[in-house]
Amino acid sequence: MSATINGTTQEARVAVNCKELTKTFGTGNAAVKALRGVNLEVRSGELLMLVGPSGCGKTTLISVIAGVLRRDEGDCKIFDQDYNRMSEDDTTEFRGVNIGFVFQAFNLIPSLTTAENVGTPLIINGMKPRAAVSKAREILVQVGFDERMMSSLPTDLSGGQQQRVAIARALVHQPRLIVCDEPTSALDGETGHKIMELLHTLGRGEGRALVVVTHDSRIYEFADRIAAMEDGRITQVVDSASQLKPMQKKTD
Amino acid sequence: MNFIALKMLFGDRAKYLGIVIGLTFASLLITQQSAIFAGMMTRTFSFLSDVALPDIWVVDPQVKYIDDIRPMQDTEVLRVRGVEGVQWAVPLYKGSLAMRRTDGTYQSCVVIGLDDETLMGGPPTMVIGKLSDLRRSGGVIVDATGAAGKLAHIQPDGTRVSLKVGDEMEINDNHSVVVGICKVTQTFQANPVIYTTYSSATSFAPSQRLLLSFVTVKAKPGQDLNALCRRIEKATGLRAYTRDEFKMVTFLYYLQYTGMPINFLTAVALGFLVGVAISGQTFYNFTLDNLRYFGTLKAMGAKNGMLLRMILLQALVVGGVGYGLGVGAASAWGMLISGRTQLAFRLPWHLLVVSAVAVLVICLSSAALSIHKVMKLEPAVVFRS
Repeated sequence: MSATINGTTQEARVAVNCKELTKTFGTGNAAVKALRGVNLEVRSGELLMLVGPSGCGKTTLISVIAGVLRRDEGDCKIFDQDYNRMSEDDTTEFRGVNIGFVFQAFNLIPSLTTAENVGTPLIINGMKPRAAVSKAREILVQVGFDERMMSSLPTDLSGGQQQRVAIARALVHQPRLIVCDEPTSALDGETGHKIMELLHTLGRGEGRALVVVTHDSRIYEFADRIAAMEDGRITQVVDSASQLKPMQKKTD
Repeated sequence: MNFIALKMLFGDRAKYLGIVIGLTFASLLITQQSAIFAGMMTRTFSFLSDVALPDIWVVDPQVKYIDDIRPMQDTEVLRVRGVEGVQWAVPLYKGSLAMRRTDGTYQSCVVIGLDDETLMGGPPTMVIGKLSDLRRSGGVIVDATGAAGKLAHIQPDGTRVSLKVGDEMEINDNHSVVVGICKVTQTFQANPVIYTTYSSATSFAPSQRLLLSFVTVKAKPGQDLNALCRRIEKATGLRAYTRDEFKMVTFLYYLQYTGMPINFLTAVALGFLVGVAISGQTFYNFTLDNLRYFGTLKAMGAKNGMLLRMILLQALVVGGVGYGLGVGAASAWGMLISGRTQLAFRLPWHLLVVSAVAVLVICLSSAALSIHKVMKLEPAVVFRS
């Protein structure tokens, strides 16, 4: 039986639990082992950064965690749910309700206004567009947008503003896990810092877990824990950047 | 998701317009060419449409279509009248005779000779004069288009003066006088149509033993027309058609023995291919341009069914707009041109359906390619920069 802490079971406090996770792309001589037995736990309410050199498997790992890519072997449970036991449609529906995404290139739909972009996850989950946009406006206020900016198209916004929209979009449907792929790599240092402050403040609310893939060592300070990857394996998990041992391959 | 689909579609104005223009052009070409073809084919049996009263047309057995005149003996009228179920039967002459203009040039005309007593088979609409004026010696009624066009007097300064009532003319060296102007459905050959009595027509025509072109028959009330046709054929050895049968025989003859269907079908196919090539390609490119966003939607929880409906909606919207514009342009063109020229243009609802189906096929085939691409899209693509 699991222990209870403040009315929540200990298992429920674990957002992501991966054991001996493997993933190989291609076959035969062309096969590339992207994940070679990854063990990782992400707790609810924490911001975990996934760092490592290019090609070490970070993006593959968050793809598996986010349910956009099927693993080959091992276990991976997201809030006690296993994607490999779900149908394709159930996996998609689970993602729609439980996962928020922040992408390196923002991926905002250029023909939708800021508020409409933010309301998209709600529309996907069945909310009427008018109600979704109304709800989106509420969260856009929290990321510092005024009425004029809410009606702007993404192309009218700066990179930092676009990423704030992307964060609002990731949060609007109150998912339990947010995965961020290089959220600051397209931004200057100061803007990247502000974006991370926003993610740190808003993203971790309501016991939400965040997994942030990054190369940017300037934002390590926002991490509750840092998991370093090399050659498809988690080589160390530390509480702060100062505890990170030098990697064999340098990060980009 | 319809909201997002439409915003995505209208948001990319260049591609949206490209797709719509392609579909408009395809729809215009398909509708316009089909309408011209339908108009021309209708003209092949326009004479049958204009002569509405008879139920049955009796012709020489060798006749293959309405303009294929194989003269018969005048006595055939009497034989047909003797068949049980025939209410009346009258002779009708139809031939191509040369009319001499005032400037000495000749113009080929379709001369229709009506039964002297009944004048059965006259023009559908009289513009000036009345049908009974044909009984005047050498009296002819000329169709308005011919009177204003090919039969018009050409003045020394080159201006044309329409033929009018009272004007004299020579038909095959025979004197005649215009006693009326009528309106007829344009013929396939687009030659002027001249109505006169059967006796005048046969006196205008070159001397020959056989002159009777048709025997037109009215059946007694309650007669089975097909059965009556068979009785007439049995009694006379001639060929008897109901009006609709004769129209169809004529229509099929032109369809089979002229290059018209292939020519028009080629133009219609070209329109279809243009639609597929321009709109299909542009729609597919539109989807490819938006693939990243479809992937993003997929990652954020949009199921394949949702994305499929989005793409279908986009395809149907551009299809509807393109079809509407194309058909509208074709109709406007038809009204504008056919009112001022002798162009054949007929746009029945069937052609609108054909055009709609063609545009729908273009849209759905374009959408099918896009749907295939999006359905196969791995949501993991969103993490690739």
